[in-house]
Amino acid sequence: MLTYLINGISLGSVYAIIALGYTMVYGIAKMLNFAHGDVIMVGGYASFCTMTYLGWPPALAVLFSMVVCTILGIVVERLAYKPLRNATSLAVLITAIGVSYFLQNAALLIWTSNPKVFPDIFASIPPLVIGHVEVAADGTESGGIIISATTLITILVNIAIMVGLTLFTSKTKMGKAMRAVSEDKGAATLMGINVDFTISMTFAIGSGLAAIAGVLLCTAYPNLVPTTGAMPGIKAFVAAVFGGIGSIPGAMLGGILLGVIEIIARALVPSVPSDIFVFAVLIIVLLVKPSGLLGKQIREKV
Amino acid sequence: MVYKPDRSVAAVNLSGSRKIAAEGGNMAAMLEVNDLNVFYGSIHAIKGISFEVNEGEVVTLIGANGAGKSTTLNTVGGLLKAKSGSVKFCGKDLTTTPAHKILREGMALCPEGRRIFQQLTVKENLEMGAYTRNNAEALETIEKVFEQFPRLKERQKQIAGTLSGGEQQMLAMGRALMSKPRLMMLDEPSMGLAPILVEQIFDIISALNKDGTTILLVEQNAQMALSIADRAYVLETGRIVNSGTGEELLHDDSVRKAYLGD
Ligand SMILES: Nc1ncnc2c1ncn2[C@@H]1O[C@H](COP(=O)(O)OP(=O)(O)OP(=O)(O)O)[C@@H](O)[C@H]1O
Ligand SMILES: [Mg+2]
Repeated sequence: MLTYLINGISLGSVYAIIALGYTMVYGIAKMLNFAHGDVIMVGGYASFCTMTYLGWPPALAVLFSMVVCTILGIVVERLAYKPLRNATSLAVLITAIGVSYFLQNAALLIWTSNPKVFPDIFASIPPLVIGHVEVAADGTESGGIIISATTLITILVNIAIMVGLTLFTSKTKMGKAMRAVSEDKGAATLMGINVDFTISMTFAIGSGLAAIAGVLLCTAYPNLVPTTGAMPGIKAFVAAVFGGIGSIPGAMLGGILLGVIEIIARALVPSVPSDIFVFAVLIIVLLVKPSGLLGKQIREKV
Repeated sequence: MVYKPDRSVAAVNLSGSRKIAAEGGNMAAMLEVNDLNVFYGSIHAIKGISFEVNEGEVVTLIGANGAGKSTTLNTVGGLLKAKSGSVKFCGKDLTTTPAHKILREGMALCPEGRRIFQQLTVKENLEMGAYTRNNAEALETIEKVFEQFPRLKERQKQIAGTLSGGEQQMLAMGRALMSKPRLMMLDEPSMGLAPILVEQIFDIISALNKDGTTILLVEQNAQMALSIADRAYVLETGRIVNSGTGEELLHDDSVRKAYLGD
């Protein structure tokens, strides 16, 4: 059971990292960037290609894919979303879905639909063994737990990102400006804050994080295809809504809880696809507490 | 009741400049608004208004609801774009300057409804006011703002949305002062406040002006606004229909009828 929990937290960490991108962009640009999941896929391909075809070391490949995704995020915002800053949210939503299909089809054109097998970049790191583990002939373990390096590193990376982002938004000038912009763009402009630049930075950060999520996801689930990002993207969106969209700790909490629910459901009722539970969670949350677990409900005094 | 501004309120010198006599005649005004036209879609909200504010003055725009007072201030402050006409500040044409660069020119707007950042702390709100300045300068100014508004100092860690209405207004003004503006525009700072607080806010405005900050004030409370104003303009459905010194308008029959409840 503990193993499931840890694996759930690990999968949830990936959701959480993706959900952060959704939630930050939603908080500041007030839009749902449905193409966010596909940025993960681009990040996956960028690191796959540099490692496999160019023989780059994993660390460099991850850095490269972060750069690629950051630029992609900024360019998509500039070309597709910025012209719609004053349009209806429906128009923006449809554009985002369009961008999502565009990225998937571009990937299909470049890399075809043949799955690429993503290398295990943490293969050289031994798993963490807690207790004295006996592995029986049928593969079941007893007496302790084995946590794979990928699982452990995913969780640690997630914690590091969470701490980093919290410090960024609470301590730096740019981070505080982002919170100001998310509340009131007009008032932020009056403070001399360049709102367009701030929104651009938000997309940059969210997309850079998506690249990290892409690498972690592909290391855990090595089948890389053009639609790799779609499902995790949607689940991360559920996680963001679950935790309270617009809230950074909410995205973290929502992501991890969702990962745990998914893994445990898969173990307890293997006959039912676990995604059913994920979307059941979304529906229940929307019914019971539409603002999510940590959603903000402070309203202005009149 | 006639409001008598209390000019003796202890003030903190924020800009360091001296009040310059405005009666000089042909000296160029600090703020010159010329033939301004502003539209909301097809609604012609501001219909060719011109006015000026000289350095050291308190100038007020009065008018009924919907006259276009906020539209005027928001256009000067850059939040709205004019269809035609010009806004000149200290001799520089700011008509097409991007909104976020206007503060850097030395003009701050304290907008209608305060619009403080509800989820940020009091201190963070003030820091945002000094966004265009470096940390050392901001730290120095924040101390001066705290002297002016001791209540804000006590509550600096509080989430701004939980402040009382009066405290929120003080925060909005303190935030605008953080950029050390030469011209401070205030849009209905007395809105929703109890009479005692209204007096306090007006005293603070007078004190700021005494210390060298030029003031452009929009108010519904015409009595109070005119009594502290050097000059005033009366706005009616997007046009300036009357102007004069504060004293003159206080005793003008049409103004008394329309805005002073006589
Ligand atoms: N966002 C908007 N869209 C359309 N019309 C607007 C908008 N904002 C203001 N107006 C209109 O422009 C006119 C001027 O409004 P403005 O807010 O400048 O008035 P005001 O003098 O500040 O009034 P108040 O004293 O009530 O604040 C009004 O007729 C108003 O209905
Ligand atoms: Mg108004």
